[in-house]
Amino acid sequence: MNEIVKVSGLRVAARNEAGVDVPIVHGADFSLNKGEVLALIGESGSGKTTIALALMGYARAGCRIVGGSVRIGDVEVLEQPDSELAKLRGRTVAYIAQSAAAAFNPAKTIMQQVIESALIHGVMSRRAAQAKAVELFRALALPDPEHIGARYPHQVSGGQLQRLMAAMALITEPALVILDEPTTALDVTTQIEVLRAFKKVVRDLDTTAVYVSHDLAVVAQMADRIVVLRNGEIQENSRTEQILEEPAHPYTRSLLAAMKPAARQDATGQKGGRVEEDLLLDVRGLEICYGSKRVVQDIDLQVRRGATVGIIGESGSGKTTVARAIAGLVAPSAGQVLLDGQRLSGTLAGRTREQFRRVQYVFQNADTALNPQHSIEEILARPLRFYHGMRSAQRRRRVAELLELVQLPASLAKRRPSELSGGQKQRINLARALAAEPDLILCDEVTSALDTVVGAAILELMADLRRELNVSYLFISHDISTVRAICDEVVVMYSGAKVEQGNRSTFQAPPYHPYTHLLIDSVPEMYQGWLEETRAGRGALPQIVASTTSAQLCPFLARCPVRIDGKCNKVSPPRVRLDKGNEILCHHSDSELRHFDELVPAMAVSG
Amino acid sequence: MNNIVARLIIGRLGIGVLTLLIVSLVVFILTGLLPGDAAQEQLGQEATPEAVAALRAQLGLDQPVYLRYLSWLGGLVTGNPGVSLVNGMAVDDLIASRLPNSLKLAAATALIAVPLALTIGIVSAMYRGSIFDRYTNMLAVFLVSVPEFLIATIAVLIFAVKLGWLSALSRSVEVDSFLELLSVYAMPVLTLCCVLVAQMARMTRAAVIDQLSAPYVEMAVLKGARPVRVVLRHALPNAIGPIANAVALSLSYLLGGVVIVESIFNYPGIATLMVNAVVTRDMPLVQACVMLFSLGFLVLVLVADIIAIVSNPRLRT
Repeated sequence: MNEIVKVSGLRVAARNEAGVDVPIVHGADFSLNKGEVLALIGESGSGKTTIALALMGYARAGCRIVGGSVRIGDVEVLEQPDSELAKLRGRTVAYIAQSAAAAFNPAKTIMQQVIESALIHGVMSRRAAQAKAVELFRALALPDPEHIGARYPHQVSGGQLQRLMAAMALITEPALVILDEPTTALDVTTQIEVLRAFKKVVRDLDTTAVYVSHDLAVVAQMADRIVVLRNGEIQENSRTEQILEEPAHPYTRSLLAAMKPAARQDATGQKGGRVEEDLLLDVRGLEICYGSKRVVQDIDLQVRRGATVGIIGESGSGKTTVARAIAGLVAPSAGQVLLDGQRLSGTLAGRTREQFRRVQYVFQNADTALNPQHSIEEILARPLRFYHGMRSAQRRRRVAELLELVQLPASLAKRRPSELSGGQKQRINLARALAAEPDLILCDEVTSALDTVVGAAILELMADLRRELNVSYLFISHDISTVRAICDEVVVMYSGAKVEQGNRSTFQAPPYHPYTHLLIDSVPEMYQGWLEETRAGRGALPQIVASTTSAQLCPFLARCPVRIDGKCNKVSPPRVRLDKGNEILCHHSDSELRHFDELVPAMAVSG
Repeated sequence: MNNIVARLIIGRLGIGVLTLLIVSLVVFILTGLLPGDAAQEQLGQEATPEAVAALRAQLGLDQPVYLRYLSWLGGLVTGNPGVSLVNGMAVDDLIASRLPNSLKLAAATALIAVPLALTIGIVSAMYRGSIFDRYTNMLAVFLVSVPEFLIATIAVLIFAVKLGWLSALSRSVEVDSFLELLSVYAMPVLTLCCVLVAQMARMTRAAVIDQLSAPYVEMAVLKGARPVRVVLRHALPNAIGPIANAVALSLSYLLGGVVIVESIFNYPGIATLMVNAVVTRDMPLVQACVMLFSLGFLVLVLVADIIAIVSNPRLRT
């Protein structure tokens, strides 16, 4: 018998504010064979992490395992006393946390933490553990495996930390590894590297693993079996190919549908022919510095009335900074922002109330953007009084209208934000911006914190509102499929620079800027074997000599798979217009980029 | 980069010196505002105006304020804080005769209070919500809220009056045996420790608990680390900064606490010297003592800052 894990009737309860136990996992049953990878998939609150932690006999503060059985090998985990559980954790079952940046102790070196479980459990000597760690660093394709262990967590990148955490889990050769959303916090181009490294070690070491995720496309690359969870109950438990091809449960089908956002044709098309008079926002040569560090450079951007322009880029690309500059929250060091041809001041103090009203900002996290002490009515009434000077009866009527506009019942007006769901809060956040009756709404990652289904509904609502109210959106996101679904025009940013701009339909097929290419190729697709097929981020980069010039070089130089020695590291790249109309910042020509894959030098298969 | 640390520390030192300068100015102005005149005070109400004026000239009190300030500041810096107006002795000699006593008292208190407080704080953080934690917490709140003159009085009542173990006054500071040492220091140290330990233990507990909710602590638990290891190896290194600040803040309280405690036990330290100087309007002595207290406070805060900087790898490396 090679069944390693058997979970039956597992029940977990959480204590609510009234001190009453509320079940959050209602009797989960599944099992796992040696060498198998099982995925737990579901939206937030589905209990997937709770179940994964229960495999180690662990429940987070406020939660309690109330019943059922978890057998790992011959051990009944839930009956073990604390001292025996400590022997199991990190030895028989190891855990890889979602945010490696938070899960690493900032005060200790990486090596100390990677080998800690081996030392706690007395598996091997310190010297042997260090040698083994270096071996794992190498297997996980980490740079400078000999010395990376001597660094502190803040000195390596997020993607590297996530792989280092895998090394930390694998050092004791545990019978079971739990991966809890290990790539969710990463950019897609980093995610693909981490996934490849994980897949390789899982295969090479014949690891048995439980992979927790909300992303079916990612799970399709990693898992043999998938358990679909909803509200703490298992909906479906099947082999991966069956879930993807013939999902049995309706919930699985709805999950699959929500993960393939269909481009809304009605959102564009008829707006395509708008002319220059409709220009609402015009950003020219925007440059922003934090101290002496230039974080955004040379950004030109136009938004027409009633149009949606998307800015896409990874964390640190400067996309949010651009939006903050347009809103007046950071002062640009050069360039200007024009609204209807009228120049907006770089600072809030220099803007009129009318200018405030016309540009509204919707923040990523509705939890922190809405004052928890105010009722929904107060939150929405404030801009009504501030911008429109409405009296109380009039305000109350308008609040009801606004709630209707964002498709929420008027009865919510008396509630506080904490009593609302994530999706409802984001709708209120949007309604608060709409209360000002703005011309332009800056939407900063408005769906990133939401589940796929809820996020898709918010995008739907935004498209409806645009049609009804003729507002414009500047839509900031790290997710290319969201941007492609809702935006008329897409701006791609990398490291503070605009590397590509074009109509959204041009982002379906090459030629692209090399970074856009990497970005699009890195988005996991919903079929097994995609990870092995995709060429994104594979192989070695072309050799170039270190640049000595003071010229403003291509921002993507360090990661570009098609960089040219003697050109890219010597002269600044020109802005080139591709045949399809896109403007890119690159030395390559249209025809070269059209055959991008041939341009990439012989790719050593590393995965 | 170590020069980042160096730059941070030099910056702190600079701010420290600037603070001292401002304090000196404030002290000088405030003591000048106090009613009464040293010359008048010394000669009594009967003195002729000529005599008072002559003494004023002799003491340099007739010069413009800024000149007096500068010469006073120059004196402080060169180690010559002036002459006592009351008995004509050099202020630095007066302080030198008393300062070691106060430092001994402070050192004895710190030596007992700091390790005790850290242990209590860490243990109660580890066993948060346990009976030990709840009782120490209650005791701490009680001790913090009782003023030290009351604790001192009660201590005298019990140990000196009722039991007769200890002398109520710490007249002699020349100690020859351990018992004598105990009899001199026991009550002042006990009184100071009560408030100090309670305060420090509470702040240490809060700092450690703050770290215990961090995700890396959960990670350590899931690696199989036992509670003692989790607290000592994982949480504590990250709590050093806040704890150092808590200790410095508590110890700086010692500077104020000694004024009351030294007075009650008539302990011949720097605080009684200052209190007497205020009573006799001996301004040079008061000024010098206040500056000394400020210096002590700043040094404590500075040391805590430096410990916090050095213990943080983000700043250190």
